[in-house]
Amino acid sequence: MSAVKLSDRPSLRSPGLMKYDKARQTELLLLPERVVELNDTAGAILRLCDGQRTVTQLIEELETVYVQTGLGDDIVAFISSAAERGWLELCN
Amino acid sequence: MVGTMQLDLPYALTAEVTHRCPLHCPYCSNPIELRQRENELSTDEWLSVLTQAGDLGVAQVHFTGGEPLLRQDLEVLVHCAREAELYVNLITSGIGLTEERLRQLSEAGINSVQLSVQASSAKLADSIAGFNSHELKRQAAQRIRASGLPLHMNVVLHRANLHQIEEIIELCVEWGAQRLELANAQYYGWALRNVQQLLPRREQLQEAEAAYVRARERFRNQIELLWILPDYYEEFPKPCIGGWGRLSLTVAPDGRVLPCTAASEIRSLSFENVKERELSWIWKHSPSFNAFRGSDWMPEPCKSCERRELDYGGCRCQAFLLTGDARTADPVCKWSPHRYAITDRIRSIENIDDHAPAPVYSYRGR
Ligand code: SF4
Ligand code: SF4
Repeated sequence: MSAVKLSDRPSLRSPGLMKYDKARQTELLLLPERVVELNDTAGAILRLCDGQRTVTQLIEELETVYVQTGLGDDIVAFISSAAERGWLELCN
Repeated sequence: MVGTMQLDLPYALTAEVTHRCPLHCPYCSNPIELRQRENELSTDEWLSVLTQAGDLGVAQVHFTGGEPLLRQDLEVLVHCAREAELYVNLITSGIGLTEERLRQLSEAGINSVQLSVQASSAKLADSIAGFNSHELKRQAAQRIRASGLPLHMNVVLHRANLHQIEEIIELCVEWGAQRLELANAQYYGWALRNVQQLLPRREQLQEAEAAYVRARERFRNQIELLWILPDYYEEFPKPCIGGWGRLSLTVAPDGRVLPCTAASEIRSLSFENVKERELSWIWKHSPSFNAFRGSDWMPEPCKSCERRELDYGGCRCQAFLLTGDARTADPVCKWSPHRYAITDRIRSIENIDDHAPAPVYSYRGR
């Protein structure tokens, strides 16, 4: 597992793109040779990975949106696996 | 999750904008019967295809050919695809990718480029392509990198270049590729015609695979490598592109809509044309797209086989080309009654000497 720090500012790895797909009503991650269909939470997290927000800020925002606390561990785990798969870059 | 009850929507469109190509690779995946320029779809017809594809759920378009750069309207098509919110990948030989052309394509919004290479040395590469292209490709790679676009590369592997596999990987690292597809030749179209010259022996393949594993260690973190299996030496067939009519579709230069790029060779099917029908109707209702969906069409041994959800009975094009019946099990399968179609071909090349004079290929367009 990549070590994700709370101060990292994750961003989509170029040339990856996010797309909201009207036909399927779901978020997609577009990569050069494949398309990944994301569930709602994965889509919401990746949408916030803009290279500006830190992981801490991202957790706060999502906890506000979903009116929940304690999401941090799951979010960090997802970011770490997304980085592993080459979807995200962890810039600090 | 992709729903299984309702019809899936396609994710990717392969837009074969032309069959014209300055190269003459002996394994070209274009059909033997190449479409002429006068039969190519017009700019407006392609624009309509791209918009319809976006509405249908396609998220990604691969512009390919032939050589897509030979279409002078490629920039217009790229621009339209981006308007339809499609991810645009260009698959090119690099011939004709001048600085000016690349700038225009970047401005039109292209997302990534995949450049083909034939071998690690110019001499061998040029003899395979039947054209002095290697140096032009090196320059194209440099331009792509300089423009900031990610560079992906691909090479088709066969008897004449397999021994260079490590050098080919080295070359692609040196040219700045982030990813390299090592695609063992698949025997349809031109490649099937040249199978005697292209098919490697088992030992050659084993050596190459060992070299690939070594290179993967050596260049870890520098380049992503993808090894596409040579199916003739497998026990089970490769799955048919995620299932016939499930993930993607191809539009041929003349507007015919195909479930995969090799499908036009299945003579027992007729394919609808975007000039006559809407893309979404073709995807959902055409007899050709529905021909091999699900598993009801399968005869034995696939019908009662537990692997049928894994490989869908293998490749329909290969089944048709080697047995004359597109419904049969892919002859690669060890349970196929037509397995001899593969083993006979393997046997026929076993005694070919590696140091024999250069093979004589049947080249397209010659
Ligand atoms: S395989 Fe070679 S000849 Fe065929 S279209 Fe591609 S570059 Fe051209
Ligand atoms: S019998 Fe058919 S389904 Fe079973 S492994 Fe062979 S090709 Fe695949």
